[in-house]
Amino acid sequence: MSMPAPAHGAAVAHAPESFWSRYVFSTDHKVIGLQYMFTGMAMALIGGFMAYVFRMQLAFPGQSVPLYGLVTAREYNALITNHGSIMIFWVSMPVLIAGLGNFLIPLMIGCDDMVFPRLNRLSYQIFFVSVVIILISLVVPGGGFGGAWTAYPPLSASAHYNHTPWGAPLWLLAVALEFVAFLLGGINFTVTVMNARAPGMTAMRIPIVVWMIVIASLVFMGSVGPLIAGAVMLFLDQTVGTQFFDPKAGGDPLLWQHLFWFFGHPEVYVVLLPATGVVAEVLTVFARKKLFAYKTILGTAIATGIISFFVWAHHQFVAGIDPRMAHLFTITTLLISIPVAEMLFAFIATLYGGSIEFATPMLWALAFIAEFLIGGVTGIFLGANATDIYLHDTYFVVAHFHYTFFPIAIIGTFAAITYWFPKMFGRRMSETLGKIHFWGTVIPFNLIFIPLFLTGVAGQHRRIYSYENFPQLSTPWLNHLAVIATVALIVMLAFQVVFLVNFFWSMRHGEEVGANPWNANTLEWAAPSPPPHGNFVTMPAVYRGPYEYGVPDRDLDYWPQHVPNQEELPRA
Amino acid sequence: MSHAADVRAHVPIATGRSATGIPTARLAVWWVLASEIVIFGGLIGSYVMLRLHHPHWAEEASHTNTVAGAFNTFVLLTSSLAAVLAHQAAEARNGPRAARFLGLTILGGLVFLMVKSFEWSNEIAHGFTIFRDVFWSYYYVTCGLHGLHVIVGMVIMGIVAADARRGRNLHRVELIGIYWHFVDAVWIFLFPLFYIAK
Repeated sequence: MSMPAPAHGAAVAHAPESFWSRYVFSTDHKVIGLQYMFTGMAMALIGGFMAYVFRMQLAFPGQSVPLYGLVTAREYNALITNHGSIMIFWVSMPVLIAGLGNFLIPLMIGCDDMVFPRLNRLSYQIFFVSVVIILISLVVPGGGFGGAWTAYPPLSASAHYNHTPWGAPLWLLAVALEFVAFLLGGINFTVTVMNARAPGMTAMRIPIVVWMIVIASLVFMGSVGPLIAGAVMLFLDQTVGTQFFDPKAGGDPLLWQHLFWFFGHPEVYVVLLPATGVVAEVLTVFARKKLFAYKTILGTAIATGIISFFVWAHHQFVAGIDPRMAHLFTITTLLISIPVAEMLFAFIATLYGGSIEFATPMLWALAFIAEFLIGGVTGIFLGANATDIYLHDTYFVVAHFHYTFFPIAIIGTFAAITYWFPKMFGRRMSETLGKIHFWGTVIPFNLIFIPLFLTGVAGQHRRIYSYENFPQLSTPWLNHLAVIATVALIVMLAFQVVFLVNFFWSMRHGEEVGANPWNANTLEWAAPSPPPHGNFVTMPAVYRGPYEYGVPDRDLDYWPQHVPNQEELPRA
Repeated sequence: MSHAADVRAHVPIATGRSATGIPTARLAVWWVLASEIVIFGGLIGSYVMLRLHHPHWAEEASHTNTVAGAFNTFVLLTSSLAAVLAHQAAEARNGPRAARFLGLTILGGLVFLMVKSFEWSNEIAHGFTIFRDVFWSYYYVTCGLHGLHVIVGMVIMGIVAADARRGRNLHRVELIGIYWHFVDAVWIFLFPLFYIAK
């Protein structure tokens, strides 16, 4: 990463100098944001490789996987477990919340840094330790934890059942540390946005993406506590031998499911909200039109956050919960689709009548709406208890889940990276490579998961190592679909090379840009690209909302937040 | 970039701002407590739900030492009073006096922990270990997590008191006080749940 060497007089050598203090132990929010982002991207490569290995096993069972070798049943379990855990806890969370939040919040609210820069650094350091632990857990004796990312006891509670005496506790420890890191980060984000806003940055002038990250942080803060308590109990069950979740000693395995999903479902919205925030920013800039219904979008986000606390048991329809309770959770689950749908309608209305430019970030943002819609609509079948009982734990669930998380964690992230790349590094990414990468990702993505909807409806269960043991579910047609999905995955992974080349090449050799290459309004574009230590040359004040595009009677079609009313910008 | 710009960049601006009018540090403490409430809430909620389904837990609970628990409640509440007085002294810019009251609060924490270790060693000696029953698992884990908060509070309070004695960072006296009241409030829930309800 290329932060410019801050120019300074001999008397004021405050700026951190050495490589270590500038890039590793920095308290600068931008550096920490990029640390999170790069760590998340590295973990995404590991998670992607795991998907490749177990998809190969599913398509060509029992054959040696190139670059890996033979996949044993135990390894298969460890691979799917850690693929899920890594992609959610070590990719989506660090990139979408911690990475973007750190990089964007101080810039977008017009400030020099977070209110607690050292706490911020501590948050990344704890996160980094959790990364090291989860990676170590993959290679300890007995192998990585294989009890699925939901870690249901009694399987997860005792090495006697899961055969991973080291993998299971280390997995749990890593997850718990990761929670602590994001709790610290979330508190920092929330307090920063509450208190450190630039003069004039009233609540209704805060860009939507900042609102979304704060709401997501609060939802995380409100939902993760019970799971931290549950993690303590499970850890004691695993290591000391208590019996919180052991039914034969009076414990209750269902309790873990409740504690897990009380966090686990809001977690979906914790990562969804920042991604929709990114989409809102990108849509309005590339449609050159004011964001439709700012307050409504904000209201839908808050409503989503609140309702998300009341839907968790829809994951447990087959766990023997009271059918009357199942009905209640079906209703709340159907209810939560209302605010989310409303948000998407507001995005579509933003596009209506705009002068749309199909730049790479815009393509990603539009793809987000289209793909997430499929994820949302298929979710209705799983949220309704009657259909869920049939579809539970089939590939239909896997496909639905990836139609929500892929748009969030991958499409949303690429929208963010391609949009803010000029701000991060002062250079543009290649549009041509960007578009090749876009189509090379989105088309194969659909080819991976549409077949899985079909195999799921046909009855294929998501946790089967080899369907050769289940002749009824190993028909030529279903095997064919599995091969299509696997080939599509390989194609998609191969196209990520295009992104990596584009990213690292553009970082050094891309076209240099000024402060505001997209003619956008929000404050981060008032800072130099890349912003120096301290962000702004003159600290900005705010005069209007963030989405004043195409205002009638103005020469320019945009109106930056920091430009006083009388003053016009020079023509770009 | 000019000399002036560079200096400006290095006087932290974020930390000094207060758009809400509430001091940043106090806001942060409130959010920390909010996240703590749900952690304890998860434990206490699980305990209550399970207890409703396990009538025999009442029999187990009859072996906890109500007198010791009541005494500890008294000690902890009194130590919170000292924390309030420390805050009052800090408001009056009287650092040494604030430090003395914080010392009293730490002393309260110490007495609390001593009673606690007496209780626990007694119970363990009589076979009421963490493995005996899930009730005891909850008892040790919930009270243990609370005890951990007492210890952490005492350590931080020691640092704040050492600062306050020299008249430094007096605003932190209030912050550690808020935290201590929270630790107190958690105990107010634990005492009836584990010591009174039998």
